Amino acid sequence: MLGPLDYALLLIGFLAEIYVVVCLLVRRQFVRYIPLNVYMLCSAFVTFGLFFLVRRYGISSSTYVYFYYYSDSLLMILMFWVIIKLYQQVFDEMKVSKQIRGAAFILIAATALFSYGVVHQNRSNLTGHFVVELGQNLYFVGVVLTYLLWGSILKLRETRTRLIQLVLALGIYFSATAGTYALRNLFPALQPSLLKWVPPLFGMWLPLAWAYTFTRIPEDARLATARLMEKHQ
Amino acid sequence: MIAAFVCVMSIAAFLELLVSYCRSILASSSKVELSARVREVAGIASHPLAADDFARLLQLVRLCPERGDDQTEIRAVGTYYGLLRVLGRAARPLIPGIATWTEQERQSCSYFAAVALDRRISYSRDLFTQQVADRL
Repeated sequence: MLGPLDYALLLIGFLAEIYVVVCLLVRRQFVRYIPLNVYMLCSAFVTFGLFFLVRRYGISSSTYVYFYYYSDSLLMILMFWVIIKLYQQVFDEMKVSKQIRGAAFILIAATALFSYGVVHQNRSNLTGHFVVELGQNLYFVGVVLTYLLWGSILKLRETRTRLIQLVLALGIYFSATAGTYALRNLFPALQPSLLKWVPPLFGMWLPLAWAYTFTRIPEDARLATARLMEKHQ
Repeated sequence: MIAAFVCVMSIAAFLELLVSYCRSILASSSKVELSARVREVAGIASHPLAADDFARLLQLVRLCPERGDDQTEIRAVGTYYGLLRVLGRAARPLIPGIATWTEQERQSCSYFAAVALDRRISYSRDLFTQQVADRL
């Protein structure tokens, strides 16, 4: 059974996701950030779906569990699209869009093959521990991709504040979620008391951080990335 | 084994990205020169800002009328400051280097609070001037 705090986190996340889309629509930047908007809309739809299924079938029903994990995987694929778009923005001036698309395709195919391999090996145990392990691996691919993107931003001395904050917020989300999945794998006893709160908290963090960036940081704002890496500012 | 590797790498990445994110918020104020007025009000005219000045500066910020556009940043920096203080206290006896680093970061947070205070004082003065002008 979900408590008031669970509902509050769901509601805040849902509202922030809708806000990001509306904010970009109003500022006529919907097309510029189309993968991000599609992700936010789908995520809002999933949040609504989860709420509906909890009310109708309960949190321990197989309908809810299947919807939760399948929608999470689909959202991850959409998130890869967001990352590809961010890569394209960072490498915009180098005219390497084709290579980025190619590399992304290979990476997604490799992830799918790896996941298939894991599924094939665990045919008899497709729930519980396996689902946690798969989630951990998928999110960790996200961490690696975002961290490489962050490294490229530093290397290329990218100065667009909005882009920097979008990437950093995404990296925080991925690393927190992947870390939580891994901790869940290592210490299953921590899940009911502590770890169960982390994914919803960071699920709320991402739309909130992006909402802040799109509201407060103008498109032309600039920031020297060297300042972010100094030992002392 | 894989889970332990993912866990360690994710936590390391999380910490680095979190610090960079918070610094990107702090960076907006780091180039701003503090006015003599705010230095006087905050009692820092004769000495540089200290890491522990943050709480006092934040209290002064809260005394000023809200501008409506700086609340999110102040809250985010406040959370970052709190985390740094906890980390600093925990690291002091074990790793003094980290304690020194947290001290410097907290100093940046104090500077951010001083800039926020400066902006709010200017805003209050503008409001007051506008009200006086309206009465006339």
